[in-house]
Amino acid sequence: MTAILAIATAEFRIALRNRWVAIAVVLMALFSLVLAAAGSAPTGTLGADKLSVTVASLTSLAVYLVPLVALLMSFDAVAGEVERGTLPLALTYPLSRAEILFGKFLAHLVILALALAVGYGLAAAATLWFDPRATAGLPALIRLFWTSLLLGAAFVAIGYALSALARRPGAAAGLAIGLWLVMIVLYDLGLLAAVVADDGGRFTTDIFPWLLVGNPADAFRLYNLAASEATAAAAGIGAAANTIPSAHALASIVLWPVIGLALAVLAFRKVTP
Amino acid sequence: MPMNLTLSHLTKRFGATRALTDVGFTVAPGERVALLGHNGAGKSTLMKIVLGLIPYDSGEVVVVGQAPGSRAARRDVAYLPENVAFHPALTGLEQIRTYLRLRGENPRDAMGLLERVGLAEAARRRIGTYSKGMRQRVGLAQALIGRPKLLVLDEPTSGLDPISRRDFYAMLDALAAEGASILLSSHALTEVEARTDRIVILSKGVMVANDTLAALRRQAALPIQLQVAARPETADAVAARLSGARFNGATVSLTCSHAEKLARLSQVAALGDLIDDVEVIPPSLEDLYSHFSKQVPQ
Repeated sequence: MTAILAIATAEFRIALRNRWVAIAVVLMALFSLVLAAAGSAPTGTLGADKLSVTVASLTSLAVYLVPLVALLMSFDAVAGEVERGTLPLALTYPLSRAEILFGKFLAHLVILALALAVGYGLAAAATLWFDPRATAGLPALIRLFWTSLLLGAAFVAIGYALSALARRPGAAAGLAIGLWLVMIVLYDLGLLAAVVADDGGRFTTDIFPWLLVGNPADAFRLYNLAASEATAAAAGIGAAANTIPSAHALASIVLWPVIGLALAVLAFRKVTP
Repeated sequence: MPMNLTLSHLTKRFGATRALTDVGFTVAPGERVALLGHNGAGKSTLMKIVLGLIPYDSGEVVVVGQAPGSRAARRDVAYLPENVAFHPALTGLEQIRTYLRLRGENPRDAMGLLERVGLAEAARRRIGTYSKGMRQRVGLAQALIGRPKLLVLDEPTSGLDPISRRDFYAMLDALAAEGASILLSSHALTEVEARTDRIVILSKGVMVANDTLAALRRQAALPIQLQVAARPETADAVAARLSGARFNGATVSLTCSHAEKLARLSQVAALGDLIDDVEVIPPSLEDLYSHFSKQVPQ
């Protein structure tokens, strides 16, 4: 445990010096404030409090932004050490490769948590300032916070796996961006196209829900939707959310960081210094 | 006495190339062994196998009684890689503190370690601003953490100035005196000559020598040079009587084998007043090294 903490401390310090902490926090704060401002516009017809509406917008934002920030922080984790030549020495110290990754993971989670807390905190503060009734939306915001953290954790872990597979920072960055495009942007488009082509057949009823819940980003969206009607109304894919039990979505969000870390450790073990 | 490092019949291939073939030697506690060889002779490969960083194909490797790379072995072994690198964003002090924690030692010892390698003043600067020699010292400082039983040092003095090199070898002497084993590779043969107990020479992955310097000199039986300083007016006479070659005005140079050395010296001494001085120049480590490196068994 001391070893994991030692790696985490050094890694956090490096992220601080490299401005990664600042970049993640400013990015989240900026986007959250913009959405909070947009959410404060009169929305009488929805009947929901303003914070719940803001949470709905934040959910859509987080699906894009959190995986991106997570991958940007993690793609260098193994490939960077290989490139700098710092890996051989680190591997002669009495700690396992898994412990090295867990140390980095801890540091990156803390940075993500910090960015999310600042971003969502600002959004909540701004909304409550305009609408004191909005405290009703606080549980939804807290749920959004920890599910966002899990979503980020999944992509940080997957980023390590890509980093270990690529072994060069340039290649790892390319893979990370490619993965983001596929899993966050193209995946949903592909599913949508398949559902349209299928026209209500077996794919739509039996396979599609599993494919949807199998992607951590979609599971994240579904879970937050299912838990909040306002969110569902805002996001407009409430129908899909209703066909999948939210327990399945939750399981997907919780399992993905574990699966990602396991893949990362496996890939890292194959790296010869 | 249990050895801190035992290699026997060690063989390693990279695809079709043989990196190491049937290499075997030991390093006892307190012993300093120099590993010599051209670039690509297999020195770094051998070190990485000892550290457990890469697997080997056949033979046996025992590191402080453990399998190489096992947690127990890693606890007792310190490593200084060739061209050691660190994250440029950390300071020397932060980096050493991290390494101390990783070895379960007190991070407060970091400043003391940096003082030992002469980096106290730069301790709070980022490693990104360090020169190569300074980075090498950070590497040395981390290799001194705890009480390693075996130190594996790959070109440890590269980038160090002459004074730092002397200090570095003094540090190694102290560690060896406390019972640590040292396996180091170097291209600076003159340093190795004075500061190690035994020399192992690798040539194309084959061990061609493994002995003390004196024993290697006897084995190689390279010619010894005698330089006789005569007076300007006697130089020709001296050259004729010793049948040697004259050079630099008044100096006469002779070569002889180890067995002939004393007989030749008494001939020189018999010249009495004709000569001024005589110097015996044994074959240098460079000569020995190229002699053994040429013996490449197929």
